[in-house]
Amino acid sequence: MELVWEGFKKALEMIMTGDPEILHITWLTLRVSMTATLISVIMGIPLGVILGLTTFPGRKLIVTIINIGMGLPPVVAGLWVTLLLWRSGPLGQHALLYTPTAIIAAQVLVSLPIIIGLTTSAFQQIDHRLRMQIKALGASRWQSVLILLKESRLAILAAIMAGLGRVLAEVGASMMVGGNIKGETRILTTAMVMEVSKGNFDIAIALSFILMALAFLITFLLTYLQQGKKSV
Amino acid sequence: MNIYEMNEVRYHIRMKKKSRQLLYVDRLALNQSEILGVIGPNGAGKSTLLKVMALLATPTSGTITYRGQQIYPGTVSLATRRKMATVFQQPLLLNTSVYHNIAVGLKLRNVSRKEQRERVQRWMEMFNIAHLAKQHAYTLSGGESQRVSLARALVLQPDILFLDEPFSALDFPTKQELMKDLIQVLRQTRTTTLFVSHDLLEIKQMADRLIVLMNGRITQEGQAEQVIRDPNEQAQPFLNKWKDTLIV
Ligand SMILES: Nc1ncnc2c1ncn2[C@@H]1O[C@H](COP(=O)(O)OP(=O)(O)OP(=O)(O)O)[C@@H](O)[C@H]1O
Ligand SMILES: [Mg+2]
Repeated sequence: MELVWEGFKKALEMIMTGDPEILHITWLTLRVSMTATLISVIMGIPLGVILGLTTFPGRKLIVTIINIGMGLPPVVAGLWVTLLLWRSGPLGQHALLYTPTAIIAAQVLVSLPIIIGLTTSAFQQIDHRLRMQIKALGASRWQSVLILLKESRLAILAAIMAGLGRVLAEVGASMMVGGNIKGETRILTTAMVMEVSKGNFDIAIALSFILMALAFLITFLLTYLQQGKKSV
Repeated sequence: MNIYEMNEVRYHIRMKKKSRQLLYVDRLALNQSEILGVIGPNGAGKSTLLKVMALLATPTSGTITYRGQQIYPGTVSLATRRKMATVFQQPLLLNTSVYHNIAVGLKLRNVSRKEQRERVQRWMEMFNIAHLAKQHAYTLSGGESQRVSLARALVLQPDILFLDEPFSALDFPTKQELMKDLIQVLRQTRTTTLFVSHDLLEIKQMADRLIVLMNGRITQEGQAEQVIRDPNEQAQPFLNKWKDTLIV
């Protein structure tokens, strides 16, 4: 208990004094996670819509692969990205390993399947008759998709929250491809792992509070958006 | 004058290996401003016929002509589809207010805000739902939903209106009341209508002409009164059962 209290005080102190390192780590965490989620949303929602609304040969296989991807262990994603970006690897000449870009790439790999998968199932659940009704109202193909997106907004926002949550929480991939370099690729989760291994529980607890506050804040905002004016 | 015509139209659904014919129409025409009733037992293919006619399901073969233009075989243009409106067996409303549900078709057609407001208001009043404008669609009763569904189709001032048992979920007095409103509206606007029902009482009140559909085929066609009075051999088992109950 003592330890938690100490950590809490430390956190307040670090935030109040505006510790530049903490600020940088928090900002980088936010930037990396938001970018990764945004990329996943931009790629994942259209793909999910297509998989949810259409049928074509090979669709089942793709959906299976995506569902497996939803459970992809972050360290495995990290390993793939490392192999790709390694000096002698296919993308080695760009020297991206141990940069925030590498972390973003690994995080996209873990959040993209979640967003595709949840969007697909949201669109598959839409009543067939509702789709026909929308068509009967005179909607073009595009207009239909827009109406259906609006109809499934709750599920879509839930998918975004799940993707963002996974990205904020994962540490294995970021550690592996980012390397936890101070001032460059250190983010909240990797910093926590390091501080705990050094025995600095107070700092680790402080970082955990910041991470939770971030997660809470973002989820709160998205939930507010999701639930509209009704309630939070 | 006939504005819509189908010839030798077949509709199949593909199952795993074989395909099954759900509909065969040798010839069927819709005349300007008439209400054509379609009656038949459950599973006869009434909804299938309506979907094919409303250009929501593509036939397997045959020809469809609309106002002198062949639209099948060929690609159905959005503009042609927008000349028609459909009310389905279940009122499938969108997750929004009554007002926005009725306005949605106008929005899709880029009708100006001002005109949207006027038309929606007019049709809400026509169906006695103006007081529900701001209410969320999912909180409506069955009868209210059905009215919204009808207003949503009629606000489009369609050239052809397709109605698939729009009263089936309603209790008798509500049904009578709504049917009275609807008949008045259709006569007033002279809207060409296809009215599907398995209820002879509804058909009797609504339809000018009537076709009887059994097993995906038209078995009789004629003036509604005449068909009801004198059903042919194939239509008799179904229609006479109705008549027996109506007399009791
Ligand atoms: N997608 C489908 N797959 C398989 N069978 C279908 C499909 N759609 C319709 N059918 C079959 O086609 C037949 C006609 O269906 P339809 O819905 O047109 O009947 P209906 O006359 O409207 O009946 P009801 O009075 O019950 O509404 C039914 O036997 C139904 O099971
Ligand atoms: Mg039906």
